[in-house]
Amino acid sequence: MSAAVLAADNLARRFGGLAAVDGVSLAVAMGEVHAVIGPNGAGKSTLVNLLSGDLAPSGGCIVLDGRDVSRLGPARRSHLGLGRSYQKTNVFLPFTVFENCRLAAQSRLATSMRFLRPASSFAQVNEAAGRALEATGLEPRRHAVVATLSHGEQRHVEIAMALATRPRVLLLDEPLAGMGAEESAGIVALLRRLRPDHAIVLVEHDMDAVFALADTLTVMANGRVIASGPPATVREHPEVRRAYLGDESHA
Amino acid sequence: MTRLQWAAVAAGLALLAAMPWFADKFAVQFASKVLIFALFASSLNLLVGQAGLVSLGHAGFFGVAGYVLALASPEYDAAPLWSTLAMAVGVAALLALAIGALVVRTRGVYFLMATLAFGQMLFHLFHDGDFAGGSDGLQIFARPAGTLFGVALFDLEQYRHFHWVVLAACALVLVFLARLRASPFGRVLDGIRVNEHRMRALGFATVRYKLVAFVLAGALAGLAGYLSACQFGVVNPESLGWHQSGAVLLMVILGGMGSLTGPALGAAVWWGMELFFQGFTRHWQLPMGAVIVAVALFLPDGLAGLWRRVRPPRAVAAEASVREGAA
Repeated sequence: MSAAVLAADNLARRFGGLAAVDGVSLAVAMGEVHAVIGPNGAGKSTLVNLLSGDLAPSGGCIVLDGRDVSRLGPARRSHLGLGRSYQKTNVFLPFTVFENCRLAAQSRLATSMRFLRPASSFAQVNEAAGRALEATGLEPRRHAVVATLSHGEQRHVEIAMALATRPRVLLLDEPLAGMGAEESAGIVALLRRLRPDHAIVLVEHDMDAVFALADTLTVMANGRVIASGPPATVREHPEVRRAYLGDESHA
Repeated sequence: MTRLQWAAVAAGLALLAAMPWFADKFAVQFASKVLIFALFASSLNLLVGQAGLVSLGHAGFFGVAGYVLALASPEYDAAPLWSTLAMAVGVAALLALAIGALVVRTRGVYFLMATLAFGQMLFHLFHDGDFAGGSDGLQIFARPAGTLFGVALFDLEQYRHFHWVVLAACALVLVFLARLRASPFGRVLDGIRVNEHRMRALGFATVRYKLVAFVLAGALAGLAGYLSACQFGVVNPESLGWHQSGAVLLMVILGGMGSLTGPALGAAVWWGMELFFQGFTRHWQLPMGAVIVAVALFLPDGLAGLWRRVRPPRAVAAEASVREGAA
């Protein structure tokens, strides 16, 4: 395995007396999908928020490209190559699909303190936004206002915005949430295409997608990692079967 | 904006520019006052309509700039225009920087409270202090002299000249604000209004953008306050109190938050209503309040929103100018 692009070491986050994330370590390399699964309340979303900088850790550290980013906010981490999507769609509903991606791509300008030149005239921003639309198959919907899109399409916008910032690490928090089978297959295919150029942390409930994509699988319960490794090994882990997959899930 | 809207704005500006030739002195001075408040309301709209920051202390910058002119003016003589203008706008901007650095970290009702508190502090500073006339305020006996390199460009004592200068300032600011809306900076403010959290996740240092917007808005309010002090020849604590802040906020809401021309429209309707209802009754504030309530209830996008009801924007045009509504 090549060197980790993003690594968490002994990460912890407490909310009052509750240890939502408790001593979690994981690493993800370029070209790798590291899936995180676990029952509701296992601490998966808290983990993603810690990795993205939306939450500050109570303990442990996060290393991005060999640099300790534990104390940096989400904006700084974004500029260091971290892109994320949200479990609950978190986009700019009144804007068009293109403007959502364009604004995301605009964040890569050295500064947006530009007051007179039209934002639409920055070629490299438009290109990055256009590429994100192409990658996610949203090109035909570029002029549609996001609020008018279907849930599945909005999930695509969510990922397209993360891509438009040209991240090397993608943190995807349940990208398949609320999707039908066909839409899910579309996202799985998209993530396959993205894998070679990205290090992907994928939090997901959809087991078919997880086993189709994951190179490494980490199982969490009650804020702790109970197993981690290649998916085939992890799924046979007795504690995993008891805590999460259920004994009947051999098939 | 559509081409038709630009044409309407251009026609309005041409009409205003031609006013001194066909209208009487009272009408021209009334139009100058409306333009000054159009400028003031437009500056506030940068915060309220674009960045989603509802301020109740915006008059502070308006009033302070007027005080700067009054304090910088020789007792019975005209002050130099350009230097006092730069000083007034500069002081307003610096004040906005100091206040903004503290308040832009708050949001929603806390931002409103914090700006209100700073506005009231300024009010009491000028009201209770004796360095600027206390509760009576100060008089400006001569309007600033508009000379450039020793050449008199215009004479602000003449109401026609003054009107043209105010109109030019207002038009310049509107063009600047139009450019700003389409610029990367303007788009960042739109993004902050709609979803600040996501803007931060995208890597935008949102506090810095809000602070710059606050300083810009404060500086432009200072420009309006300077012109207002010129016109009326008097500055008093009321010009920076919360009544004034509330009035200009109502102008923005009346005309249409987030619309480029809405605040100007709101200012015109505001002063027009005052003039109109005063002709009928001493209790003119009552019908005026009823109109404002009606607009708030039935026209959530303000008077400028009427236009969009008559002519809904096409889907493609929406890309450039989609506002909330769906959020």
